[in-house]
Amino acid sequence: MAETQASQDDVLATAAQWRDAGRGVALATVVSTWGSSPRPVGSQLVVDDQSRFLGSVSGGCVEGAVVAEALQVIADGTPRRLDYGVSHEEAWDVGLACGGKISIFVEKLE
Amino acid sequence: MKRALLDALLAARADKVPAALVTRLADGEQALILPNNVQGNAELAAAAQEAAQSVLRHDRPSTIETAEGPVFVNAFNPALRLVLVGAVHISQALAPMASLAGYQVCVVDPRRAFTADHRFPGVEVATEWPDDALARLVPDHRTAVVTLTHDPKIDDPALHAALKSEAFYIGSLGSTRTHAARLKRLAQAGFSEAECARIHGPVGLSIGAKSPAEIAVAVLAQITQVLHDGAAA
Repeated sequence: MAETQASQDDVLATAAQWRDAGRGVALATVVSTWGSSPRPVGSQLVVDDQSRFLGSVSGGCVEGAVVAEALQVIADGTPRRLDYGVSHEEAWDVGLACGGKISIFVEKLE
Repeated sequence: MKRALLDALLAARADKVPAALVTRLADGEQALILPNNVQGNAELAAAAQEAAQSVLRHDRPSTIETAEGPVFVNAFNPALRLVLVGAVHISQALAPMASLAGYQVCVVDPRRAFTADHRFPGVEVATEWPDDALARLVPDHRTAVVTLTHDPKIDDPALHAALKSEAFYIGSLGSTRTHAARLKRLAQAGFSEAECARIHGPVGLSIGAKSPAEIAVAVLAQITQVLHDGAAA
């Protein structure tokens, strides 16, 4: 398949490989969307403890903020639910200007 | 996510079986629902079992309310597949279009002259008879089958096999008159009217398509419509 984005399987396999290599790893998953959002519910992003990431939860709008939260999740092991949307003041700061809202669940790979 | 659960999910992907990953949003507790067993938290799996089957059937991951509080159910289905019977001009256009739309494409044609490698770069090509090919490929509820040869010797065995399968879409190229003759042959072969109604013929949405590429657009559009109408039902 001629897809430039990482597939669901790429993200999962990479999560396992990074963990095998001894890195701290977190998985971020889109669990809800409202209005227009560039990536569907179920989309995933894998992040390691050096801020490297693969996959996509928003087509680039909020990945930076999600990676920063993921580092916290890797550090303390507590899963978090993150909400981004135009109703939030910080929405413009993180760049979700597409007019939608998304909810993302971030968990550590143990 | 526990590593053992991720490994079980990766194994399900490799085995091409559907898997639903259930996550309790309050604390990240998880269960993996597979066709014949459950891994992880059994109570959580039981609470989400019904919703998980619906999520998998429609391929629509979603957050749902359960006795265990809000849970997210993610769907990990086998890839969409498209079997094209007939290595014809329409197939040459439809195969790459369907690949871009996320389908694993297999072109089936027993006529060797049609299946020279250079005509279908990067696409799986099978030179078996369609009934043999479909017996091997086993079309499931994530598979579309389209016959494009116009030749009953090749199309009909493919339609027999497709009608006996779970394929979510069956299409057959040919004019209204050709299709009527086809339905008559299928009836003689013992297929009921209701069974034959699964066949989309003439194939494709009615968008005035003329060239092979335009017909390919019409066919892929109709497959997409059936895929998602099924999901909305």
